[in-house]
Amino acid sequence: MSDLKELTELTLASARDGLRNKDFTAVELTEAHITAVEEARVLNCFVKETPDKALEMAKASDERIAKGEARDLDGLPIGMKDLFCTDGIETTAGSHILEGFVPQYESTVSQNLWNDGAVLLGKLNLDEFAMGSSNETSFFGNVINPWRRAGDDTPLVPGGSSGGSSSSVAARIALAATGTDTGGSIRQPAAFTGIVGMKPTYGRCSRWGVVAFASSLDQAGPMARTVRDVAIMLKSMASFDPKDSTSVDCAVPDYEKALTGDIKGLKIGIPKEYRVDGMPTEIEKLWQQGIEWLHAAGAKTVDVSLPHTKYALPAYYIVAPAEASSNLARYDGVKFGLREEGDDIQAMYENTRGSGFGAEVKRRVLIGTYVLSAGYYDAYYLKAQQVRTCIAENFRKVFTECDAILTPTTPSAAFGAGEKDNDPLSMYLNDVFTVTGNLAGLPGISIPSGLSSEGLPLGLQVLGKPFDEEQVLRIAGVIEDAAGFDARPQNWWSAK
Amino acid sequence: MSEEKSNLIKGNTGDWEVVIGLEIHAQVSSNSKLFSGAATQFGAEPNSQVSLVDAAMPGMLPVINQYCVEQAVKTGLGLGAKINRVSVFDRKNYFYPDLPQGYQISQFKQPIVGEGEVIVDLADGTSVIVGIERLHLEQDAGKSIHDLHPKQSLVDLNRSGIALMEIVSRPDLRSSEQAGAYMRKVRTIVRYLGTCDGNMEQGSMRADVNVSVRKPGDELGTRCEMKNINSIRFIQQSIEYEARRQIEVIENGGVIEQQTRLFDSKNGETRPMRSKEEAHDYRYFPDPDLLPLALDEAWIDDLKAKLPELPDDKKARYISDFGLSPYDASVLVSERERADFFEAVASGRDAKLSANWVTGSLFAALKKEGVSIHDSKVSASDLGELIDLISDQTISGRIAKDVFELMFESGRPPREIVEEQGLTQVTDTGAIESEIDKIIAANPDKVEQVKEKPRMMGWFVGQVMQATGGKANPQVVNEILQKKLGH
Repeated sequence: MSDLKELTELTLASARDGLRNKDFTAVELTEAHITAVEEARVLNCFVKETPDKALEMAKASDERIAKGEARDLDGLPIGMKDLFCTDGIETTAGSHILEGFVPQYESTVSQNLWNDGAVLLGKLNLDEFAMGSSNETSFFGNVINPWRRAGDDTPLVPGGSSGGSSSSVAARIALAATGTDTGGSIRQPAAFTGIVGMKPTYGRCSRWGVVAFASSLDQAGPMARTVRDVAIMLKSMASFDPKDSTSVDCAVPDYEKALTGDIKGLKIGIPKEYRVDGMPTEIEKLWQQGIEWLHAAGAKTVDVSLPHTKYALPAYYIVAPAEASSNLARYDGVKFGLREEGDDIQAMYENTRGSGFGAEVKRRVLIGTYVLSAGYYDAYYLKAQQVRTCIAENFRKVFTECDAILTPTTPSAAFGAGEKDNDPLSMYLNDVFTVTGNLAGLPGISIPSGLSSEGLPLGLQVLGKPFDEEQVLRIAGVIEDAAGFDARPQNWWSAK
Repeated sequence: MSEEKSNLIKGNTGDWEVVIGLEIHAQVSSNSKLFSGAATQFGAEPNSQVSLVDAAMPGMLPVINQYCVEQAVKTGLGLGAKINRVSVFDRKNYFYPDLPQGYQISQFKQPIVGEGEVIVDLADGTSVIVGIERLHLEQDAGKSIHDLHPKQSLVDLNRSGIALMEIVSRPDLRSSEQAGAYMRKVRTIVRYLGTCDGNMEQGSMRADVNVSVRKPGDELGTRCEMKNINSIRFIQQSIEYEARRQIEVIENGGVIEQQTRLFDSKNGETRPMRSKEEAHDYRYFPDPDLLPLALDEAWIDDLKAKLPELPDDKKARYISDFGLSPYDASVLVSERERADFFEAVASGRDAKLSANWVTGSLFAALKKEGVSIHDSKVSASDLGELIDLISDQTISGRIAKDVFELMFESGRPPREIVEEQGLTQVTDTGAIESEIDKIIAANPDKVEQVKEKPRMMGWFVGQVMQATGGKANPQVVNEILQKKLGH
């Protein structure tokens, strides 16, 4: 390969094939990405870059490739959301309270990726404890979307909470990245940056070693530039893990093989409740366009009803903070991470948590504590769990009528940094189409499908039956082909 | 249920009844913790038995220890309680430095074991039935140590995550004696089952004691709870003190406030706990890291079939099959080791005689020396052999007592002692007869007297025994004396 710069243009699949063809080495591929990472620091994608580690891993990959022992992801440089604990490498969850915390263990998902030969470029920025939809709550600063509105330099948000992941993949400084999705944190940022992001079925990827936000909703998943790349990543990330009691013992198929392009005769549900008030017409049009692509590929669409959809967002914003308020109790200054001394233990707790957590985390801890309190539990938490059961039941019923569901991923394109600072409710509305998938534990994917009037990417979402990731990927592949989305952000960020 | 008058406490305004309920925390006998693989050995170096899960490191997840579940189910079966096919683990949220997660995983609304009952035998031969409300599994916390550093408190997480069974009784106990007997009975049951070692001094069993008082027949009074008491004696003392205190408060026109109190074993008093968190809101909710615990009916049945014989059944069998008195049977079954020892002695021998030796000489000697049956130098087979030596008339019952003393001191087998000391009983009629003839010849006056007073025969027996060093078979001696001097 003559020009190393071109190596960052490759998809994960073509880079893999190139390595096996010996067109270039893993070290060359990695060096190209390390350079790209360094040049894109203005995007603030990484909390920590690990170039030495990356080159060391790449060398080991080259040795295996030379011996003909290449593994599935050998030599492919990726980014790791800084919510996954990495052995010997600082893991912050985007929070001051965990600054300087170096785990002595490796999360199952990241270990799976290393076992398959993937190369770690560094730890990716995110909303603090994955709480946010714009990557503006990180203690380590905002992540900037590489996309800009046509003729406008306003910095845009990359979505959240996996904003470092989406931005790095969209800016072509990582071939792929891991994300986690509690209410839309993979799919929404994927939509905002014109890439593919998938949240698998709850239980498909192990949560062991992933800093917990809301345990019953959190699910790891891949983010990459094509559906094929996402399929390749998911195969490595997914596994049954006896260390996670909610992990499901279910064989992991070769997802790449599922991309047959054949969806003839499939029935795709179009839920009427997703036509929300005030939804921009361009979103409506994109959705209609998606329906036509599916028809053209030989699939049928059916109108379906998910009557409890309108309660999903309120239920989510009770369940997730409730679990978070308890999950975040361990950050008390006693054992690890930040400690701010005080006159007694109570003062130490207050000082540590007061200065260690940011405003959004505090807001959710307060909400969560409130909804679990004596006297309020039945009215809030219990009611929300009942809503959740209804939503899951809605989907179960609808999936007797159709094979998958098509919706927009988000009600709007990426917005400007700071635009929703003082309006948490409007920020929470970003998740309106994605939270249902988390509440029901279903697999969902966002595929870049068009541009807004301002020239920003928009995504369509496919939701599938539990553990039917293959069908979801197959349909996504068809939409990807039909959309032929080849728009990309102009490189304004490169230091050179 | 017996409502003995003697349980009532006299106050200035009449009799008072004390109402007691116990929450027993019993540590599950298990080599590893409830949700992690870390070891549970008592007395290990601080923080040497702590897994990533026990220390609540970010991203760590609990995985239920199947063996602890089995132990809890066995305990439930042993308490004659309902086993719940589905139970749920909840988080009990509160901050404390030795609670690394910031919550304790416990069971709140749906415990693993439901209602049951325990029969408690009392010293006066009566018994009471104590209702069990529930048994649930939960994690223990770590230990805060406040006296090792001038300014800081230190934390030892070895106990963090160890499995506990909380056994909650109904308020069915009416005296400190009953409470002590109940505690002992539960300890006996878990020890029989091997589900808890019951070592209270090591903290394997402790109790929260709920006490209220009322006039007989009245509604239940307001209760106070005394936390974490780790000896039966202290449980009883705390009840005595607390009942008196409450009666005094009420009789002086006061009102009992529901509170958590601390029992101070130094002066035998209870006092309000200083903590401000009296009104803790634990914000219980189902732990999303754990699925509901679903138990298979066949698996439960299998455990039930494999349960060892429990003390109540054993006692009934000793009474009906061996003809033992209820008291002796109770004493023998109160510890599994005692019962096992007794059964080994009684095997192939007279059960009543065996029971007499075990509950009599052996228990007396053990008690005098403060030794447990486990450490007894006299083995069951040696004690059995001693009984055999009596039965086959090798030694007399009286000599046997002496032989037992020597066995208890030295741990040597009885046959060896008997042979070495020449204690074998003389049953040779000729030898005994010649001794008797000598005594008759030497004491003509006594021979005259015995004709008048048959009770004088005892004097002759004593003379013969003295002459033979106590080895003469008393039965043979009596027969010959009767023949020679009787009418």
